[in-house]
Amino acid sequence: MQLELQGITKRFPGVIANDNVNLTLKTGEVLCLIGENGAGKSTLMNVLYGMYKADEGQIVLDGKPVVFTSPADAIAAGIGMVHQHFMLVPVFTVAENVVLGVEPTGRFGSLDIDKAREMVREVSDRYNLNLDPDAVIEDLPVGVQQRVEIVKVLLRDAKVVVFDEPTAVLTPKEIIEFFEIVKTLIAANRGVVFITHKLKEALNVADRIAVLRRGQVVGEVDPKTATESQIAEMMVGRPVQLIVDKKPHAPGEVVLEVKDLSVVDADGRTMVDSVSFSVRAGEVVGIAGVQGNGQTELVDALTGLRDSTRGNVSLDGVDITSDSPRERHAKGIAHVPEDRQRQGLVGGLSVAENLILTRYHDEEFSHGIVMDWPAAHSVAENLIAEYDIRTPSADIDASTLSGGNQQKVIVARELSRPLRLSIAAQPTRGVDVGSIEYIHSRIIKERDTGTAVLIVSTELDEVMALSDRLLVMYRGKIVADLDPKVSSAMDIGLYMAGSRPASAVN
Amino acid sequence: MSTIDPVILPLISAEQRKQARSVGLTFVVLGIVAAFVLGNRPGDAGFKLVDSYIFVIPAQPFARILALVLIALGAAQLLKGFGKWTNVVLSISAATFVISFLAWAASGGSFSFTGMLQDTVTRSVPIILGAIAGILCERSGIINIAIEGQLLGSAFAGAVAGSLLGPWIGIVAAMAMGVGLSSILAVFSIRYRVDQVIVGFAINFFALGLTSFLAARVLTDHPDYNILSPLRPIALPLLSNIPVIGVVLFTQTLFVYFAYLAVAVATWSLYHTKWGLRTRAIGEYPKAAGTLGVDVIKLRYRNVLLAGAVAGVGGAWWPIGMVGRFDQNITNGRGFIALAAVIFGRWNPVGALSAALVFGLAEAIQLKMSNLDTGIPSEFLLMAPYLVTLVVVAGFVGRSRGPKAAGQPYDAQ
Repeated sequence: MQLELQGITKRFPGVIANDNVNLTLKTGEVLCLIGENGAGKSTLMNVLYGMYKADEGQIVLDGKPVVFTSPADAIAAGIGMVHQHFMLVPVFTVAENVVLGVEPTGRFGSLDIDKAREMVREVSDRYNLNLDPDAVIEDLPVGVQQRVEIVKVLLRDAKVVVFDEPTAVLTPKEIIEFFEIVKTLIAANRGVVFITHKLKEALNVADRIAVLRRGQVVGEVDPKTATESQIAEMMVGRPVQLIVDKKPHAPGEVVLEVKDLSVVDADGRTMVDSVSFSVRAGEVVGIAGVQGNGQTELVDALTGLRDSTRGNVSLDGVDITSDSPRERHAKGIAHVPEDRQRQGLVGGLSVAENLILTRYHDEEFSHGIVMDWPAAHSVAENLIAEYDIRTPSADIDASTLSGGNQQKVIVARELSRPLRLSIAAQPTRGVDVGSIEYIHSRIIKERDTGTAVLIVSTELDEVMALSDRLLVMYRGKIVADLDPKVSSAMDIGLYMAGSRPASAVN
Repeated sequence: MSTIDPVILPLISAEQRKQARSVGLTFVVLGIVAAFVLGNRPGDAGFKLVDSYIFVIPAQPFARILALVLIALGAAQLLKGFGKWTNVVLSISAATFVISFLAWAASGGSFSFTGMLQDTVTRSVPIILGAIAGILCERSGIINIAIEGQLLGSAFAGAVAGSLLGPWIGIVAAMAMGVGLSSILAVFSIRYRVDQVIVGFAINFFALGLTSFLAARVLTDHPDYNILSPLRPIALPLLSNIPVIGVVLFTQTLFVYFAYLAVAVATWSLYHTKWGLRTRAIGEYPKAAGTLGVDVIKLRYRNVLLAGAVAGVGGAWWPIGMVGRFDQNITNGRGFIALAAVIFGRWNPVGALSAALVFGLAEAIQLKMSNLDTGIPSEFLLMAPYLVTLVVVAGFVGRSRGPKAAGQPYDAQ
C-alpha cells in the first residue's frame, strides 16, 4: 500500500497549520515526522485520520484519490492511529476497549464478549504484546495501555499505523520495548508513521525523516547520514546548541536540607516516604523518575503548597516546614511548577500581570490598595526584552502565547530576583527546542551565581544534562543518589523502574 | 540515600471513615426514636396480609426490643464497623424500623399491609421510568435535569389525547410530548453546546408554565378534554395467585408491567449489547469512541430522544394509569426524585429501581398514615418522600462517581 498526501493545506482562524504539505507513506518502513510543538504534525495526522477536513489538497491511496470525512473512513482504508493521549475508556476492560466500534455480536445484537476476548488474545499473541483481555484500563501502567492501543489498530487491520508522540509517557525500558514492537510491525509489512520532537529517537528508529516547521515540510533527511544538530537546525530554522554548556560546579554551603519528609495524599496514600536529601549552593540536583512516583507531592511540600505529614525542610539552617508559600517565596525560593497552565500562569491575565504575580503586593507595584500599573509595565517590558519572550505586547492574555513563551514568562518571573533556592519541575515540558536551549542556559547561569537548584523532570536526558548530582525517585522513596557523569541512562532507567543495575547489586 | 522507614496507614480514606461514623450515628438515633417515640403506645397492631389472615405485632415490646438492637448495632458500627455487610445490616434495620413505625401508628387497630405494598409499587412507576430516562441520558454524557418537565408535559398530553381519543392514543401522545421536550434538550446541549443544567431547568419551567396555563385556560372551559377512565389493573394468570406477592407485584396496571420490562431491557442492553457498550463509552470518554468511528453525536441524539419516550410513558401514568385527569403541577417534583434515584442507584437501572421503591414506599406510608389516626399533621406527612430523598442522597450515597463525560459537549474535532 502506498499513501500520498498531496498539497495538504489546513487553516485555523489566524494560523496556517499545514501549508502545502506533500508526503508519501509506504508499508514496510518507518517514516518519522519531526518538528517542534505547533509545527503542524498533529494537525496533519488528524487530516489523514479524517478528524479534520483539509482546506486544500488530497489524499491518494494506491494511485486513487480518497476522501476521509470521519475516522471510520480512515480506518476502513487501513489507517490506524495511536493518539498521544490514549483513547481508552478507563473503566472498561481491555477487550471492551479493543472491540468498541467493531463489536462481535450474537443473538439480538448482544455483545459476544467471549469472542472479543479471543480476538484480543489472538492479536496479542501474534505480535507478542502480552495482554490480559479482562484487565481494566485504569489499573494498567501506561506502557501496557499503549499496547492496548496498538492491538486496537491491528485488530482493524491497519496497514499504516500512526504514532503521535508515543514515547512521551513511557519509561526508558518501555521505550525500548516499544521500539521492538515497531520492528515487529515492520516485519509484518505494516507501515509506521512516528511523530516526535525527540531527535535521538527519530535517528534511532526511522527509515526516513521528514522535518516540519511552521506547517511546511522543510526537508527530508536520511537517518543514516543526518546528525542531530542538522535536524535541530532544520526544525528551528537556526543553529541550536544541543548540549548544555556548563562549567564544572563549585558546591558551597548546604542551602536546602530535607529530613525524613513524608507526604500523604487525600486518599491516604503515602506519596513521599521519608525522603532526606540536601542541595548545596552552586549545585544542580536533579530528581529523575517516572511520572506519579511522588515528585509532584515532594515539590508541593517543598514550596508550601501541600502540608507534609512528617519530617522537616530547612533553608540555610532555618526550619521552614510550616511557612506559607509566600513566606518561602520571600526567603528567596523560586518555583517553576510542572503544570504551567494550572499553576504557573493565570491564562486570562496579561503577560505583564503574570510577570508581577508574585510581587504585586510589594511597595514597588502597589501603594495602599492602588496598583501602580506604569511601574508594573516598565518592569514587564524589561523582562520581556531580557528573557526574549516573543509576544506582540505586554498586554495580551498569557494564554495566547506558545508553550515555550509561556514557560519563559514563568522563568522570567521566578528567576529575576536574588535567590537562594530555585525549584523547577518539568521546566521544558512541551517547550520547543529553541526555548529549551534558552531555559537550560538560564538555569545553569543561576547555578553559577551561587543559587541552589533543584530540577525535577521525567525527561531523563534533561536531568542528566543539567544535574551535578542525580537522585532517582520510585514509589515515594529516593532509591539512588548518582553522579550523572559516570552513570548510564540504562542504569538510571532501571532505578526508575524500581529495580537496580547488575553492577550495583554487589 | 534516604533511610527506609515505611509509614503504615489505614487503607480507607477520611471520607469513608466519615461515612462509617454517620451510619453508626444513624443506628443510634433510630434506636432512640424507637425507644422513646415508637415505644409509647401500648396495644397490638394488625397487619392484614390476605383477607383471611392478619399478622399481629405488639407495638410496644416490638419497639423496645428494636431500640436495644439498634443501639447495640450502632455501637458495634462505631467501634468496629460491619465492613462490606454495612449496607445489608442497615437495610434490614431500616425495614424493621419501618415495620415498628407502622405498628406504632396502627396500634389498637389493623390496616392492609399488602395494600400498602401494592401502592408502593404502583407509585414507584413514574419514578422508575423517569430514572431510566435519566440513566439513558447520563450514560450517554447528557445531564438530564428536565425529567420533571418531561413527566409533566407528557402527563398533560396524555390527559388531553386520552380523553379525546382513548387511552392508547393518550400514551402515544404522551410519548410524543416526552420526545418533543427531549429534542429541545438534545438540540441545545448537543448541537449548540449550551450548559445542560440550564437547558434542563428551562425545560422544567417551560413545561410547568405551559401546562398550568393550558390547564387554567383551556381545560377548565372544556371539562370533557380532561376526563378519562384510567386503565384497570390486570391480574397476571398464575403469578397473581401467589399470596401477598401476587397482589403486590402481579395485580397491577400495564404501566407497572411496562416499568418491569423497561428495567430489564435497559439493564440487559446497557451491559450486554453493542449499543450499551457504545453508550457507556460516549458517556465516559466520547473521544475514544469517536476515534474508532462511532458517531457520538448521532448516538447521543438517539439516546436522549429514547429517554424522552420512556419519560413520556412515566408521565402518562398520572392521567391514564392513576387519577384519570390532569391537574396543575400534578407531578409535584417526582421528576427530581427520579433524578435522585438515578444517583442513589449509581446510574444502574436495577439500582434506580430499588431507590424508586424506597421513595414509593415513603409515599405509600404517607397515604396510609393519613387514614390512620396518628396525630401527625398531614402536611408533615406530605413531606415524607422528600425527606427520605434528602436523607438518602445526603447521608448514604456519599460521593458516587457518575459517567465522566456527563455535562460536557462533544466536539468532533
